[in-house]
Amino acid sequence: MDKAKFIGKRLLLAVITLFMISFVVFFVIQLPPGDFVDTLVTNMIAEGEKVSQSEIDSLRQLYGVDQPFLIQYFGWLGGILTGDWGTSFNFDQNVLTIILEYLGPTMLLSVLTLIVQYVVSIPIGIYAAKHQYSVGDYALSFIGFIGMAIPHFLFAILLMYISYQLTGTAVMGLFPEGGIVDFASFLDFLKRLIIPIIVIGLGGTCSSIRSTRALMLDEQTRPYVLCTRAKGVKEAALTWKYELRAILNPTVSGLGGIIAGIFNGSTITAIVLLLPTLGPILLQALKTQDVYLSGGILLISAVLVVLGTLLSDLLLAVLDPRIQYIEETK
Amino acid sequence: MKPSAESKRNLTEGGGVPQAVSSRKQKKEEKARRKQEKYYTASQWQLMWRKLLKHKLAMASAVVLIVLYLGAAFAPFIAPQGLEDYSSSASNMPPTQLHFVHDGEFIGPFIYRYDVERDEMRNKVFVEDTSQPYPLKFFVHGIPYKLFGVFESDLHLYGVDNTNLPEGQEPLQFMPFGADQLGRDLFSRIIIGSQVSLTVPLLGTLISFVLALIIGGISGYYGGWIDTVIQRIVEVLSSFPTLPLWMALSAAIPAGIPVVQVYIWITLIMSLMGWTGLSRTVRSQFLALKKEDYVTAARLAGVSDMKIIIKHLVPGFMSYLIVNLTLGIPNMILGETSMSFLGLGMRAPATSWGVLLQECQNVSNIANCPWKLIPLIFVAISILAFNFLGDGLRDAADPYK
Repeated sequence: MDKAKFIGKRLLLAVITLFMISFVVFFVIQLPPGDFVDTLVTNMIAEGEKVSQSEIDSLRQLYGVDQPFLIQYFGWLGGILTGDWGTSFNFDQNVLTIILEYLGPTMLLSVLTLIVQYVVSIPIGIYAAKHQYSVGDYALSFIGFIGMAIPHFLFAILLMYISYQLTGTAVMGLFPEGGIVDFASFLDFLKRLIIPIIVIGLGGTCSSIRSTRALMLDEQTRPYVLCTRAKGVKEAALTWKYELRAILNPTVSGLGGIIAGIFNGSTITAIVLLLPTLGPILLQALKTQDVYLSGGILLISAVLVVLGTLLSDLLLAVLDPRIQYIEETK
Repeated sequence: MKPSAESKRNLTEGGGVPQAVSSRKQKKEEKARRKQEKYYTASQWQLMWRKLLKHKLAMASAVVLIVLYLGAAFAPFIAPQGLEDYSSSASNMPPTQLHFVHDGEFIGPFIYRYDVERDEMRNKVFVEDTSQPYPLKFFVHGIPYKLFGVFESDLHLYGVDNTNLPEGQEPLQFMPFGADQLGRDLFSRIIIGSQVSLTVPLLGTLISFVLALIIGGISGYYGGWIDTVIQRIVEVLSSFPTLPLWMALSAAIPAGIPVVQVYIWITLIMSLMGWTGLSRTVRSQFLALKKEDYVTAARLAGVSDMKIIIKHLVPGFMSYLIVNLTLGIPNMILGETSMSFLGLGMRAPATSWGVLLQECQNVSNIANCPWKLIPLIFVAISILAFNFLGDGLRDAADPYK
């Protein structure tokens, strides 16, 4: 099987998954009692407008909510594919416009967290494995356990409290007032990034450390390690040139799960820390039954996870050509 | 080999030793032999249990969890306040100071009355009025409740003796964890809230366990197109970041339905998302075990599929599953707490740890009343305890190692 075929197969699988995801999303956003028009009419009445039954009926026809579930679903999906994601009545805007506006900070935060997570966890995991049963190893295991057990929002609250106690002001939001205009405001922006990244990345980093450590410990007993060491290769070269490559596979294949974890964490962290990301918008949309907006956000976050998994699959195929053959023989 | 060599040496040396000593030695050996025999004939569960007993952290966690669950079971007895009680005068009151010495004299545990005063910033401060001690009494009669929904009682673990209280004063309360915005005793609410926060994960795990067993079992045992379809569905469900989907499903719980129904809905939502990972484990175990000779033998002997699954396959990886279940509970505690924290879970009048933490969304609220963070400690402790217990179980599940 050549590379193109492998990639094609992966892409096809991703498309099927995306299709099913869109169905689940539409099903979920249809669950609450009442529909789009009900909410619309309630809003209109609240604004002092008089709405007659015939007007409601014509609205129903206009938005197509009187049609069967499947037809509505395909209508919605068609809209998604052509760029019409429906209207949000919280913002009175196209859903896609809102999502794109908040997607930037969300992606920025997620990608930065992802990078920090890998950069921090891999060296620490390797250190813990190379110094197994040392004080450092025990300390790291302990911190790792605590880090995995602390819920994101709890940690966010605690850090918020501590930073309030230390500095007297609570660091909220992501961008400094007035935006990033000069170097000073950029520094302020970097400072504001610290707490969210720590909070969102903590759990993932701790579990990455644990898995890297376990993988690395497995490598230590391999014959090739013994052989390389016997040949007089320096320990550093052995670690970074040989062993690291060996553990790269499982590390990369965990990417999809890590991205999902980051989305989980960032949703609730953003709500606590009032970050301008999709999380708070989703909560608001869900509470006010802004169905198209919440559906859009659900869809986009699932899509990003699927894309992350796809990316890790493709990356794996590049890093380790054997994967294609394993796939083939399956 | 070792014991037999030793006993041989004993025999040769035993010539000069008095009879009593050698028989004592024999008895000792017999005991050791029996112990070993017991070890080899013990069932897997007995071995697991024995190994678990040696795991100190896991045992400590188990004790902590038992205490927490007993607290939840006897919540109305332990908590002096009920769900609906509040007192406007105790709004945002800090934890009540417990004293033992009044006027240089030891008179047992008691509290002082608090006076509300205003400081120079016009902030409310509570000042103790040390003129009159109000003793803390155990097993007092207070507000009536029904234990387990059956036994009617008004006995509470502790309460304040308010007999010396001046006329027209609100009865005093001992609030070890302080009070919330509405003057409700935080300790009572944590204990009552644990009834939700600790049972939703347990029930949710149970449901997702059954789901995983059935779906994963079908997928792994039959294979073929059924397997493909189920695996695709599992993949779709696990592609969602769980939290946003939880939020969306919780938001779909209709407003104004009774608390019990909200509880059931939340449990179902938790389990709906929890079974996917577990079903993969079940499936892979089924795939590994179904090719074993004993399964083929059973099938050739005409045993039905259902019986093979239940009697021969499931016990083979039950210990493995229980470990996974235990390690899955913390996620559910987290899920319920997060949902309630966001206002999408349990609703008033019911409470849970997440509901209690809602007041912590505001920084100034935490800064002024840091005791409102106490429910966090309970959340963290229960999550850690389940993690440690699961870790201990994982080590114990492989008893021959």
